[in-house]
Order: sequence, then structure tokens, then C-alpha cells
Amino acid sequence: MSKGRSPFLTWMLVLGMAFLYVPMILLVIYSFNKSKLVPVWGGWSVRWYVELFQSPEVWSAVMLSLKIGVVNATFATILGSLAGLAMVRFGRFKGRTLMSGMLAAPLVMPEVITGLSLLMLFITMQDLIGWPAERGFTTITIAHITFSLAYVAVIIQSRLVGMGETLEEAAQDLGAKPFRVLTDITLPRLAPGMMAGWLLSFTLSLDDLVIASFVTGPGSNTLPILIYSRIRLGLRPDINALATIIILVVAVGVAIAGIIMMRQQRQRDLELSRVSDG
Amino acid sequence: MSEQQAYIDSPWLDPDAEPFIKVRGITKKFGAFTAVNNVDLDIYRGELFCLLGGSGCGKSTLLRMLAGFEQPTSGSFSIDGVEMANVPAYERPTNMMFQSYALFPHMTVEKNVGYGLKQSGVPKSEIEDRVNDILKLVELQDFKKRKPHQLSGGQSQRVALARALVKEPKVLLLDEPLGALDKRLREQTQFELMNIQEKVGITFIVVTHDQEEAMTLSTRIAVMDAGQFSQIGTPTEIYEFPESRFVADFIGSTNIFEGRVAEESGDHVTVDTEAGPVLIDHGMSVQNGARVFIALRPEKIQLTKEPPVAAGPNQAKGVVEDIGYLGDVSIYRVRLDNGTLVDVTAPNLVRPKNRTHKITWEEDVYLSWSASSPILLTK
Repeated sequence: MSKGRSPFLTWMLVLGMAFLYVPMILLVIYSFNKSKLVPVWGGWSVRWYVELFQSPEVWSAVMLSLKIGVVNATFATILGSLAGLAMVRFGRFKGRTLMSGMLAAPLVMPEVITGLSLLMLFITMQDLIGWPAERGFTTITIAHITFSLAYVAVIIQSRLVGMGETLEEAAQDLGAKPFRVLTDITLPRLAPGMMAGWLLSFTLSLDDLVIASFVTGPGSNTLPILIYSRIRLGLRPDINALATIIILVVAVGVAIAGIIMMRQQRQRDLELSRVSDG
Repeated sequence: MSEQQAYIDSPWLDPDAEPFIKVRGITKKFGAFTAVNNVDLDIYRGELFCLLGGSGCGKSTLLRMLAGFEQPTSGSFSIDGVEMANVPAYERPTNMMFQSYALFPHMTVEKNVGYGLKQSGVPKSEIEDRVNDILKLVELQDFKKRKPHQLSGGQSQRVALARALVKEPKVLLLDEPLGALDKRLREQTQFELMNIQEKVGITFIVVTHDQEEAMTLSTRIAVMDAGQFSQIGTPTEIYEFPESRFVADFIGSTNIFEGRVAEESGDHVTVDTEAGPVLIDHGMSVQNGARVFIALRPEKIQLTKEPPVAAGPNQAKGVVEDIGYLGDVSIYRVRLDNGTLVDVTAPNLVRPKNRTHKITWEEDVYLSWSASSPILLTK
């Protein structure tokens, strides 16, 4: 066995990877198909990409998705970080267990239920206080924040637990008031986690179809909604091109988030090893 | 030495001296667990005071309460006459050197050391001067621009010390300051720490589990066990006159024999023990027939191959069962005729090869000790 990996394992690896990635590779390849009929290969071309960028409908969907993504990621990062801080640094306050459960709930709640319940909320609010007047950017963003912040809170909590409290105590000991401790020590140390959380929220928002389709209104199509509605009318080559671009953007986002978290882990290991060998 | 002079060196002997730090009835409970149990403590200005104990004895909790990171469950303490109960950590006249050093990883050495001064609003140019001075004191003036991860363990330790000293706190709290250093560096740093303490004249409170460190560094040691002080005294007092078996056993190594008081008079005590009759050359307030313990340090026992000239107390015969060669000394484990094991250390004055009277395994040996060496313990 020492001569290398057994052929069985190698085959399983190849099959597993193929299962995951062949569909996406096919999609990417077919996005460069010259032919107007999706299943028929007509040679290489970028015409669908060109066409895609000339379609105002697609552009507005891209812009809406990006806008929602950025606003969502920013708010989710701020709120999620605050929630994480409260959970880890505020000791055993009343209702902590309840809050911990409620923070994690959106992670496991079926999207259909989240979407439906948010839709009910928005409708009720519109009846009662007249806001939100119409569903679209605002409602989708709020809906996305509700589940994104749960992811951010999880990342921040684990980071805070990993950091320990010693540095904050050291700063306090040197005369820093609580707010200074937060700005001088806690936030800089949390920054990588917050960045990872931001990127994760952004990609989550970009991906979401189910919740967005519940809480959107007429005329507000996010990119996934647009793709879905077009696919329903049959396979179209320009959608392949669009999907390829989305795969690229999401892959880059996830990769950056991954690198940031890996670096963070390495830094933490380094600090730990320094403490133990002195 | 005049009495006045003695008080300057040992203010705890002066009945009129006002303690710098007064701890009164401090208790700290974590749920059902009592970490610190109703302790009182006086520490005087300029002392280098050690809290010594095993892990979980409450020494770190006590230190953290002084720093303000933990609130006592009950009791109070004051520093320089100011009650500390309602003073938050960031306003206390204490600075702490953390066991893990807790250097801010995203700041340079200079920024780390200057952080405390910046918080108290010291002008920039003065911060620079004071940081430079203190870095000179710990010999790190060339490392100003480094980040903590570019420092060795010893350098990090000195940055942590500089950062805690630069604000000139009334009290410096040190949590296992040398714990993360290797043995060689630790010994060297012990003396550096003492020199620095003498130079700056700040009161140091050191928490450690290392009895050697405590013995070398401190003016006085408080031995802690299960949240209470077993004994407070100078290193010599603690080592030579332990008040309990716990302290005798915890500080250095010791032989403990159980026995009964055979004779008690004003100027001496005789105790019948597992190691034979032990004569102590000073009076103790014990009853005849009382069950007591005798502690005898291994280095205070003489080991010879020749039988003693006269029979009497304070001697025993046995067989060498084991020898531990430590270089400077050797430890001989001697089994007495009645089965009791006694450890004896003897300095290796000459190389073992050149020894004429080399003591070796399975050899009959005679132990003897002076009447001033045994310590009588009742608890």
C-alpha cells in the first residue's frame, strides 16, 4: 500500500469530483456555444456574453442583485458582529440561551418558511403603517439581512472565542476605557472575521432565489429570479453565459473568504505555539 | 543592624508600618466552587511579594481581583489607602504582566509599550521619551519597530514587562512572569527582574507555581492552598520553619516522619518516630504523648559509611536503595532497618571516580543530623 494511493480511492475521488463539477463545466463550455439551440454545438463564440451585456433587463437585474448584496452584507456584518459580541463578551445575561437559539434558527429554517413569514410580515406592516409601500429592493434586502446576520454572528462568535479575552484585559489594565478597548483591540482583531462574514453574506444574497421571490414585487427582478423566469420558457444560451459569470463571481468571493479565514487560523496557531514554546 | 534599619528592609516586622495593600476577608466564589476563601493580607511598599501555590489554589484569582478583572464575592481591599471595590480595572493604579504576555499583535513594540501612556493622555513627545527609556531598561531599544510575532520568547517577556512598567503603577502584578521561558533564560531573568524592581522601586506581586522562582525573587512568600494562605513569610522562614506538612512538602523536598512526643521540657523535645528517636534542641508547646510530625530536609542529613561513635538520638542505620545523580548533588534513597524510606542529598564535592569512600547501591550506611535540623509539626 505504501507505493501510493489505491486505485479504488483514486477512482472514487475522480467520480466524486466529476459529480460535483461536470455539470458546471458543461454549462461554462456551452456558454461559449455559437449555436442558438442550447443542446447543439455550433463552435466557439462569445456572442451570448455580448448579447447579455446589451440587454437592459439583465443589467438592471445585475445592478439590483449587487446593490442588495452590498447593502445586505454591510448591515448583516454590523448586526451580526454586535450579536456575536453580545453572545461571547457580555457574560451570562438574562435570555442568553434564548438569544443563542434564535440567532441560529435562520440557519436551519427552510427558506420557504423564512420567505413566506417575511412576506406575511411585510404585508401586515403595509396594512398597519403603510411601510414598506412596495416590495422590491427594501424588502429583499431586509429578508437577506435576517439570514445573513446569523452566518456572520456564527463566524464572529467562533473568532471571539478563539481570541480569548486576555488582550482586552491587557488594554483595560493599561487604562483603556471599554469603548477604546473595542476600537483599539477587539475590532482590529475581528476585522478578518468581519471581512469573511461580509463576503459570505454577499455571496449568500447573490445566490438566493427562494426568499427573494417571496418578498419581491413587480418589476424588481434579482439575477436569480431573472434566470429562473427565463429558464421556465426553455433553455437559452444567454442564461448559460450569465450563469458562468455568477459562478465566477461566487467562486472568487468564496475563495477570498476562505483565504482570509485560513490566514486567521494560521495566525492563531502561530500565537498559540508562541505561548507554548515561549 | 539597628532596629530602624531592620524595619526598612523588613517593614512587615514594624508594628507601626502602614501596609500599602490591605486585603480584608476577600472571598471569591465561582458557582459552588470557592476559589479564594476569606483571606487577609498585608503587603508593604516596595515589596516583591510572591503568591505561591499549585494550580487551582486561587492565586491567579486573587491577582485578577487586585487587577479588577474579577469582582470579589465578599471582602474588600485597598491600595495606598484607597478602597478599590468600585474602581474599574482601567482606573486602578495597578498594571499587570500577563502569563501569555498579551502583547497586541497588530501593534509594534513601541506602540504596545506606549499604549498605556496614550490612554492616560500623556503628550506624544513625552510618550516617546518614556518608551525609549523603558526599552533601554529592558535592553530592547533596537526592537522598537518590530511586531510581536517577530520577537523571541524572552524578548516578548521583556516587552510585556516594559509595557506594564512604563506607566509607573503603584503595584505591578505579574502572573507567572517566567513561566513560558526555558530554564536557563528563566534563571537569568529572575535576577534581571529583581534588579529592575530595585531600580524602579515599584511594589511587585508575583504569582507563581515554581517554588524556586518564589524563593529567589521574593521578599516574602504566601503559600496558598485551596483558596487560603497556608503560611506567609520570608523565603528563609518558609523553608526553614514551615508551619505545616503541606508547606514543608510543597517548598523543596522533605522527609516527614510520624511520631509521638516522648519527652517535653523547656529547652528540648524528644519524639519517637519511624526513623528512631529525634531530639530537637528547642522547646515547643506540645503535650507528652501527642501525635506529631517531624520534617527533616534531605540536605541536613549526613550520610557516612562509618558507624557513629556513640549511640543516641538523631541517627539511623539503613541500606542505600537508589541513587539519583544530579551533577551538583546526589540523592540517596535509604531504606532504614524498619522499612522507612529516607531521602538524603549530599554534594558531590569531588568527581565520583576519585572518591575514596564512594557510597553505592545496597551498601550499609549511617544517617545522622544535628538537633537543630528537625522541624516539629502538629498539622
